[in-house]
Amino acid sequence: MRNFTAFLAGGLFGAGLLVAGMVDTAKVQGWLDVFGDWDPTLAFVMGGAVLPMMGVWRIAARRKTSYLGLPMPGDFPQLVDRNLVLGSLLFGAGWGLAGLCPGPALGALAFGGWQFALFVLAMGAGMALTPALRGLLQRLDPPPTGQDDA
Amino acid sequence: MHQDWIWGLVGGLMIGAGAAVYLLLNGRIMGASGILGGLIDGSGRDTTPERFAFLAGLIVVPPLLVPLYKVVDTHVSSNIGVLILAGLLVGIGTRLANGCTSGHGVCGISRLSLRGIVATVFYLLGGGLALVIARHGLGLI
Repeated sequence: MRNFTAFLAGGLFGAGLLVAGMVDTAKVQGWLDVFGDWDPTLAFVMGGAVLPMMGVWRIAARRKTSYLGLPMPGDFPQLVDRNLVLGSLLFGAGWGLAGLCPGPALGALAFGGWQFALFVLAMGAGMALTPALRGLLQRLDPPPTGQDDA
Repeated sequence: MHQDWIWGLVGGLMIGAGAAVYLLLNGRIMGASGILGGLIDGSGRDTTPERFAFLAGLIVVPPLLVPLYKVVDTHVSSNIGVLILAGLLVGIGTRLANGCTSGHGVCGISRLSLRGIVATVFYLLGGGLALVIARHGLGLI
């Protein structure tokens, strides 16, 4: 059941990305390009997803386990640290250059052509390299508390 | 073109529905980079089947809907260097920040998470800067 609902969630996510036009890199870059022909679509996509999720979080907050009896997420990290800011800047730079973030890149992988396959391959390589990079950053500039932020 | 925002809203609601299913039924946060990254670096070992099931839905369902459209134009770059550099940056950045547009953006902002909001500010900033410099400054893309 758990795997079926995960498949359903992934399917809704992918279908939503397609319907919203988020697999079109021109729309994403059109939103980021404030000096070009600005495209506000992404704001409507975000709004459509975020507003109902605000209600969903209120339901989630009242529950100890999920409707399938699984543990709910908790103990969210609170710390705004270097890795969050640096990582988001790097991610954003890649997002702007190609007009792709992980969701749409995977959603269009099966029909988008070799460009999507190459992007996803490079993205996977970046993900595989990150634990080593985290360790390197930690050694170069350890946080004052001596804790890792992961 | 002028109806794009309506489809954006409809698609956004579907994305929100996916996030709601994953949270309320699976007890998990729907973040594309985290779900994939956890499989790649082994940090998600105890939830491997669930992650594969989510990715299967994400990869298999959109192509089933593609025939409903006349054309799905992705306008994706064919510049190999740009694709590899952008992919590496997205992979490293999302794992370093522990989230992307779905995890920090959709799920974090709706939870009013400070980390989600800060991440979103910085990836928008990084994206806007990189695009404007590469397109209008250097004429690369």
